[in-house]
Amino acid sequence: MIKKICRNIYLILIFVFLYAPIVTLVVLSFNKSKTRAKWGGFTLKWYGSLFTNEAIMGALMNTLLIALVASVVSTLIGTIACISIMNLNKKMRSVVMGVTNIPMLNAEIVTGISLMLLFISFNFKFGLGTILLSHITFCIPYVILSVMPRMQQLNPYAYEAALDLGAGPVYGFFKVILPEIMPGIASGFLMAFTMSLDDFIITHFTKGAGVDTLSTKIYTEVKKGIKPEMYALSTIIFVTVLILLLLVNYKPLEKRQKTDKEVKEAVKVGG
Amino acid sequence: MDNHKRNLKILGSPYYLWSAFFIIIPLAMVFYYGLTDRSGAFTLANIASIIQTEHIKGLFLALELSFISTVICILLAYPLAMILSARKVSSKSFIVLIFILPMWMNFLLRTMAWQTLLEKTGVINSVLSFLGLPVLKIINTPSAIILGMVYNFLPFMVLPLYNCISKIDENVINAARDLGANSLKVFTRIILPLSIPGIISGITMVFIPALTTFVISKLLGGSKILLIGNIIEEEFTQASNWNLGSGLSIVLMIFIIVSMVITEIFDKGGESNFL
Amino acid sequence: MKKNHVIVMLLAVMVLALTSCKGGSAKNGEVVVYNWGEYIDPETITMFENETGIKVVYDEFETNETMYPKVEAGATVYDVICPSDYTIQKMIDNDLLQEINFDNIPNAKNIGAQYYEKSTEFDPGNKYSIPYCWGTVGILYNKTMVDEPIDSWTVLWDPKYKDNILMQDSVRDAFMVALKTKGYSMNTTDLDELTEAKNYLMEQKPLVQAYVIDQVRDKMIGDEAAIGVIYSGEAIYTQRENENLEYVIPKEGTNVWIDSWVIPKNARNVENAEKFIDFMCREDIALLNFEYITYSTPNDAARDLIEDEDIRNSKIAFPDLSQYQNLETYKYLGQEGDELYNELWKEVKSD
Repeated sequence: MIKKICRNIYLILIFVFLYAPIVTLVVLSFNKSKTRAKWGGFTLKWYGSLFTNEAIMGALMNTLLIALVASVVSTLIGTIACISIMNLNKKMRSVVMGVTNIPMLNAEIVTGISLMLLFISFNFKFGLGTILLSHITFCIPYVILSVMPRMQQLNPYAYEAALDLGAGPVYGFFKVILPEIMPGIASGFLMAFTMSLDDFIITHFTKGAGVDTLSTKIYTEVKKGIKPEMYALSTIIFVTVLILLLLVNYKPLEKRQKTDKEVKEAVKVGG
Repeated sequence: MDNHKRNLKILGSPYYLWSAFFIIIPLAMVFYYGLTDRSGAFTLANIASIIQTEHIKGLFLALELSFISTVICILLAYPLAMILSARKVSSKSFIVLIFILPMWMNFLLRTMAWQTLLEKTGVINSVLSFLGLPVLKIINTPSAIILGMVYNFLPFMVLPLYNCISKIDENVINAARDLGANSLKVFTRIILPLSIPGIISGITMVFIPALTTFVISKLLGGSKILLIGNIIEEEFTQASNWNLGSGLSIVLMIFIIVSMVITEIFDKGGESNFL
Repeated sequence: MKKNHVIVMLLAVMVLALTSCKGGSAKNGEVVVYNWGEYIDPETITMFENETGIKVVYDEFETNETMYPKVEAGATVYDVICPSDYTIQKMIDNDLLQEINFDNIPNAKNIGAQYYEKSTEFDPGNKYSIPYCWGTVGILYNKTMVDEPIDSWTVLWDPKYKDNILMQDSVRDAFMVALKTKGYSMNTTDLDELTEAKNYLMEQKPLVQAYVIDQVRDKMIGDEAAIGVIYSGEAIYTQRENENLEYVIPKEGTNVWIDSWVIPKNARNVENAEKFIDFMCREDIALLNFEYITYSTPNDAARDLIEDEDIRNSKIAFPDLSQYQNLETYKYLGQEGDELYNELWKEVKSD
């Protein structure tokens, strides 16, 4: 009994630790005073002015656009690459996987800097395009790493049997292989999306004039005092995601069969 | 069939080209800049400059703070993962969600919020002084940076650990108990060894980002504390000495590789997956 | 289950995307502006876009030191930039700027003659720059936390105020304070003087709560610190938010700075850049900007339009500089000078 209470207290403490800053941000979004240092009374006006704030809305659009395009493109390139990697000999495969691991394991600051040096030397125009190229670059490894295990679990004879039965390679791929690796692709896509959405450091080094994502916008604002609209926006995003996740989780579907795999997927999304 | 296989290999060429151009060449450029001076002549001075007092201090401090943060993360996350994995299955996903949800709030904002909480006249201190307790003085100190690191990276420790521990077969534990092992023994002989892969991937996911951060130290350290990440960032964005910045980046990469080799050695048993 | 996740995420994206709509397209090309953070009234940009049909691509920097490498690298091509005095000199020296055709900027006449004269220190002949804002660097203190009269930089070394001092996190400003206190020129490249200043700054470091730039503003308003080094332009704003704050120019002298519009050599839209600068020099626009950012405007015509007499004649916004001694303006110290300062500053910061 005491053990149980201790456990619950521990859980609550960690919960408080994790959510204290978030509660702070939510509270600040209702703060009438413009500076974060003072409480000026309750207001909802920031939620109104948020939608007319072009800078923040533009940053939001950029962030979503980049995340969406980067995750779609990297999912495509990564999944196709997996098929090819599977067919390489052992030595080549380990070389390719080694290179794939670099952006994940290297310091983000070094990845960001190295891409910046590349873009400058090859005269790229810094802007949305360079951010996108960088995001795709660091997203692909996450896709490959979540699709690869699925590929390895495939029964190689199923595909060959399909071919023997007269299916073309493309048809065989879509009918036999794709359904099997779909969960890996989905979690790879989600991971890429999340990573792109939350990235600051690499964007910081590869962005151009007037193109801001939410992260870089916040970083500039941190110095002069964050605009209260930003708190309002974060609160909206947070609540939206919260509600969506609750809806998904409380659907009584397949509930009891929640396996470790799903948990692992969740881990990856976080990672 | 061989022909078919070759076709499959060619399918990957977009990715191979991509990684050559956006991973290999950029890294080569870091090495090029790191090994030359402003005029383009070969030099080792940029790399050797790590022994300058201010650089070596930044490196050691970063190593120290990220090490402490990693240890704290393990200590906090382990009991947590055990408690969570002992829960009923139906609530599992919900609890895991709780750890992922904060990550949807921009991490700069979350770190910024800690400033509001920790400041001299901040939320925590207002509560403390209201209760007549002594105030906290940790903002702009290394402790605040450690707190920021632990806060930001804790989920990356909890989730792999949880993933690992919840996979341990109950029957193994029950068998050990039947054979007379007490709780401590069950823990040290069964749970701990079986969770090593989780600890290892947790360490990789906490230690490296903590070692190389420049944002957390800037926001919570009041720019009074320079970590190696801050030094590199400032060489690029302020001093515009790219050669020096690249040289120090090379040193940083060496440390990352070393730390990975070390964890790899400890991870002799399992096939290490980094997620 | 997996599929649900994806669908839900996509829905979330679409909902968020739909709620935000970006309108407006460029009819007459664009102008790429690179300015200090929070250094313009956003309303004036919209006005400019509406009046001219030119789209403004607006980017912000935090210090001259972060701005310069970006412009030098040429990765992003800007049309209008707003650097400070010594950086303008550096850009002229390194051939990064083009001469401005004043015929196309009729409103440039609104800028007071004394500011053009001051500009010749870094832009001989007034060929490359048109002043936008000017001011001093001084001490902002909280009257409720400091009960002595403050008129000297030395208060920043007073152990009484340990953890209550905010220093500037930029090389030149930090060294300026130390050099001035020691009675040296803030443009010195003498190693002995600089080493002395460096040691002095290291001595100060344990007393400093944080090295910040623009955050001085928020922290002082929130009673986080008693004393801060700040640009004069922030003084009016902070006083408005917290009436206990007071701004002084220390008796040892300080930096008088001018931030001016310049057009880089590689600018792609020179004509639009001229239109933008001209617009910003218009008295009503300069007034809007002054009221929004509260930095002193060199635009005499705009100053005459200020309705609030207290502000029009404010000693803080428009100080009579002849009363003060040892005022200087930063000069570009050459590549070697820059590197020396950076090196010494790094030593201070990592101490």
